[in-house]
Amino acid sequence: MDAVGILPLDVLGGVILLWLVLGLFGLVLQNTPHLISSIIFPLGAIAALVVAGTGLWALGAAPSIAVLPLGLPDLPLHLRLDPLAAFFLILLGGASFGVSLFSAGYFRSMAGGMLALLCLEYHLFLASMALILVADDAYMFMVAWESMALSSYFLVTTDHAIPDIRKAGFLYLLVAHVGAISILLCFGVMQGGHGIGAYTFAAMREAHLSPFWSSIAFLLALFGFGAKAGVLPLHVWLPEAYPAAPSPVAALLSGVLLKTAIYGILRITFDLLATQLWWWGVLALALGLITAVFGVMFAAVQGDMKRLLAYSSIENAGLLLVGIGLTVIFHVYGKDALAALSLTAALYHCLNHAFFKSLLFIGTGSILHATGERNMGRLGGLIRKMPWAAALMLVGVLSISGLPPFNGFVSEWLLLQAFLLSPGLPNSYINMLIPVAAAVIALAAALAAYVMVKFYGIIFLGQHREKALEQAHDAGIWERIGLTWLAIVCVVLGLAPVFVVQHLDQVTRMLLGHGLGNAAAGWLFLAPVDIERASYSPVIFLSAVLGVMLMTALGVHRFYHGRLRRGPAWNCGFPVQNARMQDTAEGFGQPIRRIFEPFFRIESELPSAFDTHPRYHGRSDDRIWFALYLPIKSLTEKLSSRASLLQHGRIHLYLTYTFATLVVLLAFV
Amino acid sequence: MSIPFTTQIINLLASILLLIAFAMLSQRRILSLIKLFAWQGLALSASTFVVAYSTAQHHLYYSAALTLLLKVLILPWLLHRLIHKLNVKWDVETLINIPTTMLVGIVLVIFAFNLAAPISQLSESITRGLIGIALASVLLSLLMMITRRKAVPQVVGFLAMENGLFFAATSATHGMPLVVELGIALDVLVGTFIFGIFFFQLRETFDSLDITHMEKLKDD
Amino acid sequence: MTNNASQTLGILFQLCQSLLVVALAPLLTGWVNQCRAWLQNRSGAGLLQPYRTLRKLFHKDAVLAYNASPLFRITPYILFGCMWLAAAIIPIIAIDLPFSPAADVIALVGVFALARVFISLAAMDIGTAFGSLGARREMLVSFLAEPALLMVFFTSSLISHSTQLPHIVGTFAHHEFVLYPSLAFAGLAFVIVLLAENARIPVDNPSTHLELTMIHEAMILEYSARHLALVEWASNLKLLAYISIGIALFVPYGIAEVGNWGVLPLAIAALLVKLALAGAGLALLEALLAKMRIFRAPEFLGTAFLLAVLGLLIHFLLGA
Repeated sequence: MDAVGILPLDVLGGVILLWLVLGLFGLVLQNTPHLISSIIFPLGAIAALVVAGTGLWALGAAPSIAVLPLGLPDLPLHLRLDPLAAFFLILLGGASFGVSLFSAGYFRSMAGGMLALLCLEYHLFLASMALILVADDAYMFMVAWESMALSSYFLVTTDHAIPDIRKAGFLYLLVAHVGAISILLCFGVMQGGHGIGAYTFAAMREAHLSPFWSSIAFLLALFGFGAKAGVLPLHVWLPEAYPAAPSPVAALLSGVLLKTAIYGILRITFDLLATQLWWWGVLALALGLITAVFGVMFAAVQGDMKRLLAYSSIENAGLLLVGIGLTVIFHVYGKDALAALSLTAALYHCLNHAFFKSLLFIGTGSILHATGERNMGRLGGLIRKMPWAAALMLVGVLSISGLPPFNGFVSEWLLLQAFLLSPGLPNSYINMLIPVAAAVIALAAALAAYVMVKFYGIIFLGQHREKALEQAHDAGIWERIGLTWLAIVCVVLGLAPVFVVQHLDQVTRMLLGHGLGNAAAGWLFLAPVDIERASYSPVIFLSAVLGVMLMTALGVHRFYHGRLRRGPAWNCGFPVQNARMQDTAEGFGQPIRRIFEPFFRIESELPSAFDTHPRYHGRSDDRIWFALYLPIKSLTEKLSSRASLLQHGRIHLYLTYTFATLVVLLAFV
Repeated sequence: MSIPFTTQIINLLASILLLIAFAMLSQRRILSLIKLFAWQGLALSASTFVVAYSTAQHHLYYSAALTLLLKVLILPWLLHRLIHKLNVKWDVETLINIPTTMLVGIVLVIFAFNLAAPISQLSESITRGLIGIALASVLLSLLMMITRRKAVPQVVGFLAMENGLFFAATSATHGMPLVVELGIALDVLVGTFIFGIFFFQLRETFDSLDITHMEKLKDD
Repeated sequence: MTNNASQTLGILFQLCQSLLVVALAPLLTGWVNQCRAWLQNRSGAGLLQPYRTLRKLFHKDAVLAYNASPLFRITPYILFGCMWLAAAIIPIIAIDLPFSPAADVIALVGVFALARVFISLAAMDIGTAFGSLGARREMLVSFLAEPALLMVFFTSSLISHSTQLPHIVGTFAHHEFVLYPSLAFAGLAFVIVLLAENARIPVDNPSTHLELTMIHEAMILEYSARHLALVEWASNLKLLAYISIGIALFVPYGIAEVGNWGVLPLAIAALLVKLALAGAGLALLEALLAKMRIFRAPEFLGTAFLLAVLGLLIHFLLGA
């Protein structure tokens, strides 16, 4: 117990309440929308920062527990703040701080009534995510999970006047509920038939399930949380819902909501289930690899910038799952140091993805504000109109591409190290397959760089593809602050891996009973195993490159004249050059479409050479949608049309059904 | 390192054998395919020679020489003559595209290596671990036979498979008795002749070497 | 020797190598070009031509397109910085350079990727058709080459149990000579990656004047004067860095220990001989091969990937 008597959990409870109150206040203020955007959202952002601070505080402290007298009679709600929850709280607070600040600027022009509703849903969403993280019983967890699903559904369908968005929202809700049912069943399995008292997590930890039931629970959890994270083949809602949602909401969906799914998998696999089996790891690894490659491949052929980012989120969810799978494998085979390393990599990547993906998503919001265009084929050259957004998003792009010295690289590096150290497992198949898996990771990472060059190059570089872009304006001051915060965190996470890894030790120690230990050789070098084996120092790297750059620049200007003229682009002397001659988004993705052709369902229509009004049309669709979801849909429709035979509209007949059912039940049960 | 140098050379040659099996799988031209087959024969002969040297088994010298004669000189020459006469220098057609075939090949290699792992644990000879490679090359050659549409590459695949088996024999048991080897060599030679005759018949009947035409031969 | 003194010596060695690589890089390119000229029965421009080109470019007035952004102007410096760093930390004359632990082989791949992303972005900055074409192709080649390169590194790190280049080199250079079949595969794969990443012939042609076939050249069409000079110098350094990696991984013999001044001249001489041989080999390869269609390149690089993976598997089977 702390001397002051205040526990981290108390502070957190206060903040969650504050969020709810802020949301309600938004409703009151619906006639003064500018107050909502300039007071409520910044206050919410400060609350988020407090959440992050609380998380940091709780990371080192002992777990704190609380029992709320709320809820149903005899079913009190249990809360618990342990290092795992604390880590995800840091992530939630840190990312939503930036996003909330950005929202203060982004939603400025929204109509009052709509904004008030959005404000309520937004803060409810944040509060329920925080509650998910500290829930310590299945009941509390499911309540928070459902309120998160519902609030995010309403957030996604903010622009519900557009039919496509309603459709996307429906799909989202559907998958969310299928997932929720699976999670509920998972909790049902885990309480192990001990009756109503066993619904707390504490009881589940004690219920030693047989391997069979453990596996069932794990599979249900993987399905349920996988649906939320966008793991194949449950990813279909994601590229629809993310673009439909307003950009800050999309940022939270991808940056934070996706991580609550990862949190759920981690919580159930390592904390609630007492034993793990090696094939869980292999399954997670395989699913993760497929998801990662699939996601990045589809991201490469997208023309809509938010869809592109959505597919990239699928890729990152895959990478996270790979990290978890690897952790399970190592943990089961008793390689504790390696398990800690791969879990550290996965957690680090969670943190990274929360920040760079939020940054990119809200960045697309700024672009959308400035141009009203989501289609990359109508953008271009924005670096000259939006220098702030361009510079800050460049940080995000470099981070997500996994380039040193930014943060994406650190987690990629840690993950590859974990792969490299894998030999020596007792199963020779796994031994040989794991390096091949590492190759797939490398492929996904390299493709991610391709995707991001496309994303940034098409949107920000080159000439304006449309005349209207001349009028584009840069991000506003709130937007800039939000973007800057996220970009700074990306850079800091990239430059100070030693400190981050030290703090992650608490989480791995809690989940695996083993930490990485001294992961650093001095404060400069990150060396997860041994300085002889591997080390990386982003600070030295950055200062060396910057030093050389500065020296070269000075040298060049000192010894030579440094004169500069401006002229028209040379372009090998071709006289006519206009914006139409640049690569389009489709053009840039064409090599990927061609190389991975069998994976896409391509429809394209090419104009003939003699066409006076040539039109090109191309679509690359997801085969899974056609092969899996449409059959399910038509089957459901068929079944429900059968069921509608029962429907007559006559009340007597319905009563007869009820009666018959009652009689049958009484007779047989 | 405790591994003697001769074993290192055998390991290297074994790897080359596997590499050539992969190269054959990816090869589009018949002429290069035959060239690769000759190279594989050379690697095989060299490895047999080294095994002979390191274990001082004289009959293996003969078998190395026999391999050199038959698989590096005579069979490629025969095949060359054959394709000249048949005039089939065009590209090899595959049933499955090549990258997919390669991926399947990698999976086969992993499978073969794991399958051979317990066997090579039993073997005490210097060349344990090579059985996996031999098995992998056999499987790869089979895969090549499956995926090729034309008759000549299939025969090359058959011959390459025999190379893999021969390699397994020399590496695991230091060779079979010379009589058996001679018999097999003769078999292969005769087999090639028979295949040659078969090609001519095939072309006369269907005016093509595409073996998918043989589907027409079954009764309906 | 005290710890402090050896540290000073280490820094001296580091400085020595850094200066050596940056001075030597254009010479290597000149040598490769000269060899190629000889093989093609031309007399060639001489070994020093790259230096003359650099000097000429530095003296010229830079011309920038009207719409060039700061990204375009800063990229040459980033390229140069990355490549210099890469070339400087690869242990080629001495093991245990003090900067080496800053980036192990995986980070080295990252350094190359960073430079590549920046040059691709810069190529798209002006908004010409050729620029974005080049950028697209460069990223295409790289996303296939990068995993192959990583697999090559994986093979050698599995053998030496380290991803630190100095450690890898130490394992190979100071132990008894052992034939590693897996490394032979990795070596082949590495050569393919080297050709692809350095815009060499079967994938790209460094001396082409036909825009539609260009990859690397198409990206730097808009650069002039000092910017172009830095880009060129950076690609010279990149070639040197790649060949150095090859030397470090596959033929590290003759490398010096830090703190041993006596063998340094010998190490440098050995390095020069190895570089000359590698350059000549590269020229020979380029003379023998023909440029491929762009969509043949994925298959070519797929071969590299396959070879590297096979090398890994063979390492597991044979333990060597």
